[in-house]
Amino acid sequence: MSKENVLKVENVTMQFGGVIAVDNLNLEVNKGEIISLIGPNGAGKTTAFNVITGVYAPTNGAVYYKGKKIIENHPQGKMKKLYRGENPVMYTGHKALAPTPDKITALGIARTFQNIRLFKSQTVFENILIAKHLRRTSNVFTATFRLNAKEEARMREEAEELLKIVDLTDVRDELATSLPYGKQRHLEIARALATQPELLLLDEPAAGMNPQETLELTEFIGRIRDEFGLTIFMIEHHMDLVMEISDRIYVLDFGKSIAEGNSEEIRSNPRVIEAYLGGAQDE
Amino acid sequence: MEWITKNLPYLMAGISVGGQYALIAIGYTMVYGILRLINFAHGDIFMVAGLIMVYAVTAMPMPLAMLLVVVATVALGFLVERAAYKPLRSAPRMSVMISAIGVSYLLQNLALYITGGLSQQYPAIPWLSDTVTILGATTKRVTLVTPVLTIILVIVLGLLVKYTKVGMAMRAASRDFETSQLMGIKINSVISMTFIIGSFLAAVGSMLYFTNYTGVTPTAGAMPGLKAFVAAVFGGIGSIPGAVIGAFIIGICENIIKGVGWTTFSDAFTFALLIVILIAKPTGLFGEKAVDKV
Amino acid sequence: MKKQTKTILNVGLIAALLLLLFILEQIIPSSSMLFMVLKKGAIYALVAVSMNLLNGFTGLFSLGQAGFMLLGAYTYAILTIPVESRDSVYQYFDGGIIQFSIPVPLALIAGGIVAAVFAFLIGLPVLRLKSDYLAIATLGFAEIIRAVFQWDKLGPLTNGSNLLRNFPTFQSVLYPFIVAGICIGLIVLLINSTYGRAFKAIRDDEIAAEAMGINLAHHKQLAFVISSFFAGISGGLLAMYQTTIQASMFKSAMTYEILLIVVIGGIGSVTGSCIGSFLFIACSEWWLRFLDNSNLYIGDFHLSFMRPGFRKVVFSLMIMAIVLFYRKGLMGDREFSVEGVRRFFQKRFKKKQAVEGGSSHE
Repeated sequence: MSKENVLKVENVTMQFGGVIAVDNLNLEVNKGEIISLIGPNGAGKTTAFNVITGVYAPTNGAVYYKGKKIIENHPQGKMKKLYRGENPVMYTGHKALAPTPDKITALGIARTFQNIRLFKSQTVFENILIAKHLRRTSNVFTATFRLNAKEEARMREEAEELLKIVDLTDVRDELATSLPYGKQRHLEIARALATQPELLLLDEPAAGMNPQETLELTEFIGRIRDEFGLTIFMIEHHMDLVMEISDRIYVLDFGKSIAEGNSEEIRSNPRVIEAYLGGAQDE
Repeated sequence: MEWITKNLPYLMAGISVGGQYALIAIGYTMVYGILRLINFAHGDIFMVAGLIMVYAVTAMPMPLAMLLVVVATVALGFLVERAAYKPLRSAPRMSVMISAIGVSYLLQNLALYITGGLSQQYPAIPWLSDTVTILGATTKRVTLVTPVLTIILVIVLGLLVKYTKVGMAMRAASRDFETSQLMGIKINSVISMTFIIGSFLAAVGSMLYFTNYTGVTPTAGAMPGLKAFVAAVFGGIGSIPGAVIGAFIIGICENIIKGVGWTTFSDAFTFALLIVILIAKPTGLFGEKAVDKV
Repeated sequence: MKKQTKTILNVGLIAALLLLLFILEQIIPSSSMLFMVLKKGAIYALVAVSMNLLNGFTGLFSLGQAGFMLLGAYTYAILTIPVESRDSVYQYFDGGIIQFSIPVPLALIAGGIVAAVFAFLIGLPVLRLKSDYLAIATLGFAEIIRAVFQWDKLGPLTNGSNLLRNFPTFQSVLYPFIVAGICIGLIVLLINSTYGRAFKAIRDDEIAAEAMGINLAHHKQLAFVISSFFAGISGGLLAMYQTTIQASMFKSAMTYEILLIVVIGGIGSVTGSCIGSFLFIACSEWWLRFLDNSNLYIGDFHLSFMRPGFRKVVFSLMIMAIVLFYRKGLMGDREFSVEGVRRFFQKRFKKKQAVEGGSSHE
C-alpha cells in the first residue's frame, strides 16, 4: 500500500489472569481511512481500544503510531508461566514500553467511550474546554496570574468553534449530562477533537441511536474526517453504518481476528457469518 | 536467661495488645468488607464501652456490669449504624465516611461532657487484673488470657461466617453488594449483624485493654482504633484472619520498639508500616484485587 | 452583569469589609469574643479552602491538613523567635541551633514552602492510592510528622515536646483577614484557570480526564502541593494567633474539624468554606457558650444538664444533622455572589408578583 501507515497493532495479546481477551491481534490503519472493528459482544474490541490508548498494558505485543513504536510488552513475572497466547518470545529482551493514556493522547490519538464518560458536573462548553488543556503552553503560575490571557482566549474560541461543528451552541451552558443521549455522543466526539488528534478512536458511536440519528452520525463522521484530516478507527454494531462508511473492516471473535476486508468481502465471508450466527454448535 | 527476663515482658505485652487490637480490627474489617466504609467511630465505640464499665460498677456487681457493657455497646453499635450510616446508603462513599467522622466527634464530645474531661479510673476486674509471674517476669493475668480468648473468639466467628446462614449472607454481600440484594438477601439485617458482631468484640476488647491501663479518657479510643484499622489494612481489608494476624504483628512490633527505648515512635511506626503496605501491596497480606472497568 | 463590573463590585465589597473591620476595632474593646472568632475564623477559612481545593475540586480525599499546618507553624516559629529570647525558649537545648531570625512575611512563606516540599515528597508514593486509602495514608503521615516533631533528638531545632513561644504575633484582626484573603484569592484564581478545570475533570472522571490528555500524577501532585502550601501558611497564622505552639496541638481531631467545616460549607464551594469556617468557630467558641453555664434556671427549675461540655454535644449534634440531612452543606458546589443574591431575590419577587397578579385576575 502506498498510503502512510498511522496505526499498526502487532501481535497484541491481552490476558487477564487465565482469560485471554485479545489474542495475537494484528491490524493496520492508514492515513485518511475509516476502519471499523466489529465482532460479537465480548469479542475483545473495547479491550483492544484500551490497549491502544494505554489504559491496559498488553501482555504481549507492540503498537506503532506513524511508524514509531509507542507501546510494547512481553510476558514477564508471573505471566511468564501463565501466558497462553502466541509469539511470546518475539519481544523478549526489549524493554517494556507502557505510556499512560495522557501520553498517548498527547501523541495525537483521541478516543470516546462505549459508556459515555462526560465530566458530569461541567457544562457542555466546559467539557470541550477541559480537553483544550492538553495543548497549553502556560504553567500553573502563568495560568493562576492570568499571564496566559491570549492562550485562554484562543482555547475558548476553538472550543466555541467545535460547539458549532457538533451543533450544540444553543445548549452550551447546560450540564453535559442533561443532554439527550445522542447529543452526549456528539459532545464526546467534539471533546475528543478538542485534543487535536490525527487518529480518532470511536467506541460504539451509534449505540442507542435510532436509524435517523445513525444516518446523521454516518454523515457527520465522514464530514469531520474530511474537515480535520482525520483517520478514524471505530468499534460499531450498527451494520448499516459500518458497511456504508468503512474503507476496511476487521472482524474479531473470541479475541482473535477472523477476517479483514472491504464491506463486500466481509458480507460474504463464511467465517464472519458463522461468528455472528453462532456456528460453533455445529461441531 | 537474663535476656529473656528483660525482654519477655515486652513480647508478652505485645502479644496481649495485639490480641486486643485484633478484637477491634475485626469490627473494621467486616464493616469495610461489606460497606466499603472506614468506620472512624469504631474506636470511639470501644472507648464508650470502657466508660460504661466505669459507671456500671458503681451501681452493680462486677459480673452484671460486664454483661451490661457488652449489651450496651452492641446496642450503641447497632444504633450508630441505623442512625448515621443507613440513611446514606445510596450516597457517595465519602459522605458515609464523613458521617463516621461526625459520629466519632459526637461520641468524643459526649464522653467529654459526661466525664468532665477527667480521666476515669477503670475498675479492677477480679482474676483478670491479678498479678502472675512466669519465667521471672511479672504481669497481669489479662496478658495471658487475651491471646487465648482472642483466638477462641476468632475461631467461633470463623465458624459462624462459614457455616451459618447469616454468615453466608455476609460473605455474599461483601463479594457483591448489589447482586446479593437482588438475590433476596436482607441487606440491612446483614449489615446490622455485622455491626453487632463488631461492637461485641470491641466490648470484650475494651475490658481486656483498659485493665492494663489506669484510666479512660474521651480520646482513649482514637489511637487503638486507628491502629486496629491499620492492622486490618495490613492483613488485607475484608479478611478476618488477615486482620487478626496484622493486629498481632503490630502489637508485637510496637512493644519491641518501646522496649528499645523509641517510645516516641511507637505510634509513628504503625503509620509508617501502613504507608509501606499501601504502596507495596495495597491489598494487604490476604486481600483480593479489584479491577475498575473502563 | 459584565465581567468588569463584577470585578469592581467584588473589590468594593472587600474594601468595605476591611473598612468595617477597622471601624469595629475602634469601637469594640479588643477583648471581645467577636474578634477572637473573626481572627480564628479567617485562619480556618484559609485552611478549609485549601482542603476544599483537594477534597472538593480535585476529588482527592486527603486528611493530612493538620500535619501541614504543623509544618507551617513550626517553620514560622523557629524562624522568627528573636535571637535574644532563644536561650529562654530553648532552655533545655542550649538555645537551639538556629541563631538568627527573619521577617514575619518571609517566615510565613517559608512555612508554606516547607509544607509544600513535604507534600511533594509524601505525594510521590501516596497519591496513587484511591479514595479512602489515600485518606488514611495522609492521616498516617500527619501523625508521623507530629511524632517526629516531638522527638527529643530534634530538640535543638523543634524544642522537642516543649512549647515554642515569644515569636511575633498580631494584634489587629485585619492582619489574618488580609493574609488569608490574599491566599484565598490566589486559590480562586487557580480554580478558575485552565489548571482548575483540569482538577475538576479529574474529580468528575479520572479515566476520561486521562484520555483527554490530563496527566493524573502531575496534576494530583500539583493540587496536593499547592493545597499544602496554603495549609502551611495558615499554620503560621495559627501560631501567631495562639502565641505559643506545641506539636501535640495538631492532632487528627484538628483535621476532622477542618473537614467538617468544608462539609458544612459545601464540598466544592470556596465561599461555602469561608462562611462555614466563621459559623463553625462562632458556634463552637461563642454563640453556644451559654449552654456551658451551669447556673441556669427556668423559674425554679435548675437546668442541671447544662454544664461545661454540653455546648460541644449540642454542636456535634448540629453537625450530624447537617451531614445527614443537608449533605450538600450551605452552598452545595455553588458560590456566593452578589449576582446570585440578586437573582435569588429577583426570583422570589417575581414569584410573589406572579401570585399577586394571578389572584387579582380572579
